[in-house]
Amino acid sequence: MSRIKEFNLPDLGEGLTEGEILAWLVKVGDTIELNQPIVEVETAKAAVEIPAKWAGQVQAIYHPEGTTVAVGTPIIAIDTDPGAGPVESSSTADLPTPSAASLAAVEVAPAEGAVEPGMIGGPAPGGRTAVLVGYGPRTTTAKRRPRKGAAPAQATSAPLVPVPVQAAPATVPTVAVSPAPAVNGTSRGGGPVLAKPPVRKLAKDLGVDLRTLTGSGPLGSITREDVQRAAATATAEPLAVAPPGPSAASFGADREQRIPVKGVRKLTAENMSRSAFTAPHVTEFLTVDVTRAMKALDRLRGRREWRDVRVSPLLLVAKAVLLAVKRHPMVNSTWAGDEIVVKEYVNLGIAAATERGLIVPNIKDAGRLTLRELADALTDLVQTAKAGKTSPADMSGGTLTITNVGVFGVDTGTPILPPGESAILAFGAVREQPWVHKGKVKPRLVTTLGLSFDHRIIDGELGSKFLRDVGDFLTDPEAALLAWT
Amino acid sequence: MAKGDPGASTRGRRAAPRSRKAVTGDPELVQLLTPAGERIDSVTGPDGTEYRVDFTDEEYRGLYRDLVLVRKLDAEATALQRQGELGIWASLLGQEAAQVGSGRALRTQDMAFPTYREHGVLYCRGIDPIMPLGLFRGVDQGGWDPNEFKFNMYTIVIGAQTLHATGYAMGVTMDGRTGTDDGEAVIAYFGDGASSQGDVNESFVWAGVFNAPLVFFCQNNQYAISEPLERQTRIPLYRRAAGFGFPGTRVDGNDVLATYAVTRHALDNARHGQGPSLIEAYTYRMGAHTTSDDPTRYRIASEVEAWQAKDPIARMKAFLEREKIADEGFFTDIDEQARREAIDLRERVLAMPDPEPVTLFDHVYPNGSPLLDEQRAQFSRYLESFEGSVH
Repeated sequence: MSRIKEFNLPDLGEGLTEGEILAWLVKVGDTIELNQPIVEVETAKAAVEIPAKWAGQVQAIYHPEGTTVAVGTPIIAIDTDPGAGPVESSSTADLPTPSAASLAAVEVAPAEGAVEPGMIGGPAPGGRTAVLVGYGPRTTTAKRRPRKGAAPAQATSAPLVPVPVQAAPATVPTVAVSPAPAVNGTSRGGGPVLAKPPVRKLAKDLGVDLRTLTGSGPLGSITREDVQRAAATATAEPLAVAPPGPSAASFGADREQRIPVKGVRKLTAENMSRSAFTAPHVTEFLTVDVTRAMKALDRLRGRREWRDVRVSPLLLVAKAVLLAVKRHPMVNSTWAGDEIVVKEYVNLGIAAATERGLIVPNIKDAGRLTLRELADALTDLVQTAKAGKTSPADMSGGTLTITNVGVFGVDTGTPILPPGESAILAFGAVREQPWVHKGKVKPRLVTTLGLSFDHRIIDGELGSKFLRDVGDFLTDPEAALLAWT
Repeated sequence: MAKGDPGASTRGRRAAPRSRKAVTGDPELVQLLTPAGERIDSVTGPDGTEYRVDFTDEEYRGLYRDLVLVRKLDAEATALQRQGELGIWASLLGQEAAQVGSGRALRTQDMAFPTYREHGVLYCRGIDPIMPLGLFRGVDQGGWDPNEFKFNMYTIVIGAQTLHATGYAMGVTMDGRTGTDDGEAVIAYFGDGASSQGDVNESFVWAGVFNAPLVFFCQNNQYAISEPLERQTRIPLYRRAAGFGFPGTRVDGNDVLATYAVTRHALDNARHGQGPSLIEAYTYRMGAHTTSDDPTRYRIASEVEAWQAKDPIARMKAFLEREKIADEGFFTDIDEQARREAIDLRERVLAMPDPEPVTLFDHVYPNGSPLLDEQRAQFSRYLESFEGSVH
């Protein structure tokens, strides 16, 4: 039995596919006991400590903190018998075929003679292309035995190359904390070239022959950087007059920054993609003269009882939306497949840019609030968001959203609906512009509203009427209040 | 309120502590061992029942051993899950006394209906602790014979087992197996979250009106996954029993002695035909709901610390030390025994064979069925079509 054992990230909570390494509690060389906590991993469900499965000495740590790792991927190697002398680093004999485990279980149809039998991608009778992804405690390649009397392998149209399934983002710099399992150089000769599909695509696009490269990635796999470096070298050489300087001629990795997608960014991306490709969006625009409304705000600020209240144009927009929803309740609804859920309550979302990224907390039951309560709620929401203390509850259950892009000085946009909502209003910058007022061109305070809505629920007529009402209120709040309430 | 009985030193038993401990602050909680390990000689419950235990030193040590072993084996199972060897595990950490106290109060003939967390009761019933690990490893269905050990299969559906227990207990009455000292009593385990389930309330109704010999044993561990107790009830859970017409008692679920006394009393009432009762074992789930849960998301550290101070094992150890019932050597031995049993458990779990695919058909019907037999044969032929088949 091999003395070096690799521990694969298990499924820590019923059907999870990945986990993020939060913190290593041990380092290479440490002597550890059975069940000693070695690493803290956060999954979609929980942050947990993983206890060591074996006692021994930490031989290698494969993924740095902050990496997201697929379930089934080796994360640490433990020497279970460190007293037995040094492990021969030149030989991989002691390593329990790390390649097989860390590449996960992917079987591909054989490219004849390309790979030795038994290796991933090696010839397997039957010509099946079984794709079995490792799950939970299974560390072995999930290979299926060939059927008896099956037809001999058929040559496939193109030799399929092994597809390493490695969850760690290819972009994370390799942490060679210890000698990584040395596939490179030992088993490579004539064997498969290890590289991920996007890297292969890149190499093809750039005309780089992968076989000429030496991989710097895990297990000697070729990374995006390797390809780009090779491409840059190849193009730089003929251009002898290329301007000096480290970055001038390069469009490669040295001039690119790679940011792992996680946290709020990941969530935002998922939500936006989901919404954009499920709800058919329509956006309408309306430019309105808000001079009167701004004056009304000034009057409000001048009142004693409003002295300590933060009064912003957003407050009026929020009020306008809430009043308009009362007149057009269908706008405040959710598409639920075979039915439309029209809500009598408005949980008014306010998109907020924070250090953590975009978040959309909402004011619960905003339709019931007085203007003063609404002002306080807005202030509270903004301060909480800025302090980074917005709770998940604050962000869930939104029914309709305002995005105040005007604070960035732009006029309007075509916002994407938060999932489950049917309308979102973009509030542009309020700026002085020439405007025809009472038959003459005058400098007036003007803003543009952009309303995106779910066209499955809201027809152009309803969307237009709603937007028109919001605009009417902002044009002349007093008149609108008198007319509507 | 506690009724002291300072003279009780009979049959060579250790003299009971003379300090009469008033159960301050919470007169509704039956307690015989304080968190500091002070022994209360006897306590009178709200309904006038006097609770006391008379254990020999050997029995006290036995209870301590149960608590430690149960905790250690549970911790090993949690570790095995984290290492990918179990699909999921529901830890009992913090609830050892509630389970050992009630589990040891059962007589041989009594029948228990567990949830999926009753590893401590399972242990007390004499079932090999590896049995539930097979279930959570996904290699078998649990494996023990409920009739042999008088301990039903784990029930994952919240509260469903209370209905099974009620039906079973009604059957006990119909069979005429109650009314004597040898009568059979039934115990149904559930939690504070399940107390909101329709199943549990229906069980209360049926057990009540049919006077079933059933003890409803609610381990109130304060959380239904993430939902705190105040979202389950406006009154203490044990007082719900009054509405269904049977007695309810709240016991300190971190006190193995009080839990034993209260459960034994309730079981004896049931076996003598006095009908059902509800016990609310007031305790705390120190760990996560299951290994898929992260309790730091919904409860604060200070609350956990406060309950840490009420630890069921620490108070028992303090008591054994104070009364010189056990010495350091004993504690070391128990820890060593626990360690060995945990390692043994681990090794046996890792050695558990994966079941053959064809065993899928094995326990569907007790006497088979023609259709299923045909399917089994078909499936076997399919399996044999692969090279290297051993089927």
